[in-house]
Amino acid sequence: MASDPLMSLESVSQIFGSRRGEIPAVRDVSLDLTAGKVLCLVGESGSGKTTTARIAAGLDRPTSGTVRFGGQDVWGGDRGAFREFRRSVQYVHQDPYASLNPIRTVFATLAGPMRRHKLVANRDEAWQKAAELLERVDLTPADTFLTKYPHQLSGGQRQRVAVARALTLGPKLIIADESTSMLDVSIRISLLAMLTRLSADLGVGFLFITHDLALAKYFGRDGDIAVMYLGRIVEHGPTRGVISSPRHPYTRALLAAIPEPDPELNARKRSAGSLLRSMDTPSLLRLPTGCTFHPRCPSWVAGECDVTVPTLDAVTADHQVACPPVLRQERAEPPVTVLAEQDGTA
Amino acid sequence: MTDEPVLAVRDLVVEYRTAAGPVRAVRGASFDLYEGESLALVGESGCGKTTLGLALLRLLPRLGSTPHGEVRYRRADGSTVDLLAMRKEELRRFRWHEAAMVFQGAMNALNPVLRVQDQMYDTIRAHRSMSASDARRRCHEVLDMVRLEPRRVMPSYPHELSGGMRQRVLIAMALLLSPRVLVLDEPTTALDILTQRSIVDVLQELRRELGFAMVFVTHDLALAAELADRVATMYAGRIVELGDARDVFAGPRHPYTAGLIRAVPPVVGDATEISSIPGGPPSLAALPPGCPFSVRCGLSAEIGDDGPAEVCVQADPELARVGTRHESACHYSDRVEFAREVITDGV
Amino acid sequence: MTATVGTSTLESPAAARRPVRPTRNLLRSLTRSRSGTIGFVLVALIVLVSLVGPLFTPDTLPTDTNSVYLPPSGSHWLGTDSSGRDVLVQVINGGRTVIVVGFAAAVLSTLIAIVFGSLAAYLGGVVDTIVVAATDIVLTVPQIALLAVLSSLYHLDNTLLLAGLIGILSWPTLLRAVRAQVLSLREREYVEAAQLLDLGTTRILSVEILPNMASFIVMNFMIGMTNAIYALVGLYFLGLAPLAGHNWGIMLNEAWTRGAIFDSDSVFYILSPVIAISLLQLGLVMMTRSLEELLNPRLRQD
Repeated sequence: MASDPLMSLESVSQIFGSRRGEIPAVRDVSLDLTAGKVLCLVGESGSGKTTTARIAAGLDRPTSGTVRFGGQDVWGGDRGAFREFRRSVQYVHQDPYASLNPIRTVFATLAGPMRRHKLVANRDEAWQKAAELLERVDLTPADTFLTKYPHQLSGGQRQRVAVARALTLGPKLIIADESTSMLDVSIRISLLAMLTRLSADLGVGFLFITHDLALAKYFGRDGDIAVMYLGRIVEHGPTRGVISSPRHPYTRALLAAIPEPDPELNARKRSAGSLLRSMDTPSLLRLPTGCTFHPRCPSWVAGECDVTVPTLDAVTADHQVACPPVLRQERAEPPVTVLAEQDGTA
Repeated sequence: MTDEPVLAVRDLVVEYRTAAGPVRAVRGASFDLYEGESLALVGESGCGKTTLGLALLRLLPRLGSTPHGEVRYRRADGSTVDLLAMRKEELRRFRWHEAAMVFQGAMNALNPVLRVQDQMYDTIRAHRSMSASDARRRCHEVLDMVRLEPRRVMPSYPHELSGGMRQRVLIAMALLLSPRVLVLDEPTTALDILTQRSIVDVLQELRRELGFAMVFVTHDLALAAELADRVATMYAGRIVELGDARDVFAGPRHPYTAGLIRAVPPVVGDATEISSIPGGPPSLAALPPGCPFSVRCGLSAEIGDDGPAEVCVQADPELARVGTRHESACHYSDRVEFAREVITDGV
Repeated sequence: MTATVGTSTLESPAAARRPVRPTRNLLRSLTRSRSGTIGFVLVALIVLVSLVGPLFTPDTLPTDTNSVYLPPSGSHWLGTDSSGRDVLVQVINGGRTVIVVGFAAAVLSTLIAIVFGSLAAYLGGVVDTIVVAATDIVLTVPQIALLAVLSSLYHLDNTLLLAGLIGILSWPTLLRAVRAQVLSLREREYVEAAQLLDLGTTRILSVEILPNMASFIVMNFMIGMTNAIYALVGLYFLGLAPLAGHNWGIMLNEAWTRGAIFDSDSVFYILSPVIAISLLQLGLVMMTRSLEELLNPRLRQD
């Protein structure tokens, strides 16, 4: 955190009211987003990752906590600052079939925002800029794509148009919410490679929301990763560090659960045995006491984990974990590379 | 185990009627499924894998038909029967008893206004006369098998269950009448990682205990590597590679399979070569000439100068033997290079 | 599913330069579906005859007490009425008011419904509460009864005034439907994307949301028109509007009140306004099918 963050969430919480009681979707989440860097937010459904993303995009106002953009509180009441923030942070949705207006051509979709904000003087200029944007997202020849309607495009092409639309106002941060999960496996990597290039070329920061640690690892290899469980961040650190030596039992379980396209490797992984005590995620309406993971955790300590709510604490300079037993152990003995254990090669 | 397959599919063709005329979604698929074996049908969306899966149990939508081919099923007593020639009544008895389908749980495969127990009882009663207490016992048995608490799940409505629980209920229902073959459509799609894991574990365990054979459709290569004994890659309505999972994943002999595997980033270690397959699958209504993959094929482009190799454009290759239990439909199957090097240290 | 391999190079960049506007293909799209074509031709024909026909027919028809209730013949194609006037001429002259009132009333009610319905749904809060309350009030007013009261108080001989009255009473159903549609479209991801791009409420409503309801609106406009026509004809038929001039409603009223229904020779006289009204309504309904195709790019062929 040497350079000033572009955006920071400071102990942000989002508690939804419902007929059956309060739903704490996100609690006490703090994150920093930096220009040109990738932060991956990883979690399963109900982890609060999408709620966090919507807060970061300014689509929802958190029930408590502060969202700062360029140092300024975006919900502080300054309309000008809020609009500036709005335009600087863009969102790429999960479903490319729902995120484009079906009755508007690609050109209309891209030209609308540019003309509205007077970034182009006339139609020809808009056409040229729109074509440039399409080339940036590898949709060439751009001229033929500009006249197309969404239904004439494949899922991958639509998602590229959605990215191009997000780029129209020259954003500083793009939030990609499971943006590849509805695409065929065969084309995910090329979309991520394109996003990586954008990040490098334009200095755009990314908040990448995913449930797939392998994708997070691929896309966020030089950035950070935050793992969420039931509304809280349980582990946070540089992607390489978190994936190669995960500390939190939940992160370990997630990593161990992912199958690889390699039967031999899977068999070896499997022999490590099951890492969870229970398969079912508790409901947000009836959260367990203490650490919400303790009913499933293989290494929980009775009298501690079911009583005290753990907070994030540093294991190494930039790697934090919210698990007191792990932290105690780490401080007592040198760290073990879990990867080596699982893999049996080291 | 005998050496006769429990399901033998021969040259199966599936057509859909469309406004623009018939479209072939499956263009002559052949494979054998042996007892206790697990076969994965993999490929991108639109390659015909789900259609093939549905056609195996004659569950195609109304606009679909099977103008050609055989799906030969071998009963426990050794007699065989062609599913495509079965009459309605026979087919009704065949499904659930001999072979059952597990639809994608994320879809509305369960009736939202009926309790789980009612849907399970209905399934039993439609096929077998059983006393109420026996039916109840059987339901408890299969729910236990998929690690669900019968007392909690049976009186629930589908919406009260999580996605993973619904998927397990569907598997349990398929098992109610102890079928010998299970066809599963995308059994883990749209589920969380840990839930996927539990489904995979449940299926592995059940297969060991009950010994049924299964065919599952998936776009997830990793799931195939985890759960399949044999893998069939489909492209543009055809099986383009078929072989033992270990052989296929260690050394694919079709550039499409190789491309699919290369597109999956590893979570353990670093893979040297990760890349997408350029372009997308062709429209089944307008296939390119020759091998339908040639237009996207890196190998073919490498061999031909300026575009795909000549032979690839001229002829659509047939499946040919490339190993003891390994077939590939590629003119240059001997030149498919693949090394998924995963470097596990120095991360 | 479309092939995405190697993008088409058939279109030269110059040709692709300007997207073809849907209006350019108006006629082609209108005539693509068979029933749409029939509807279109029917409506065009009726409108044409009703607007142009009166130029060639006498304004006031001579009454002839010797030839009342005549059956159809060479000189009177559809027979004559109780005063011996030609029915065909009345049918031709009687369409204009009906069409103009129907159209104007539908325009008015559709406009009110769209503007207030979409604003209420999109903005929510107080605006929504007020609009919904107003809608509920108007919805509970019995139309015919109110019109009866008004007609006894005022002389409703102005066509546009009648159209205005009908229009102002008939927007609530459509408003509720528009509001429901906008409420669902508002949650679409592309609308959210437009909000993030700060496109502004007016633009989001008029460019992102309402065009997606175009076929729905056109359909409801057509239905609104048919309803307005029925309301108008009903008013005349019940004698709640002054019986001045010619129109299909007045014809029906006269046929009814002056005993034509008891005269077996007058079948064509009674049926002709009914059939004229039915044909117009049928044409309007059939036309909506083509319009729907026109307004939905997915149904349009490339």
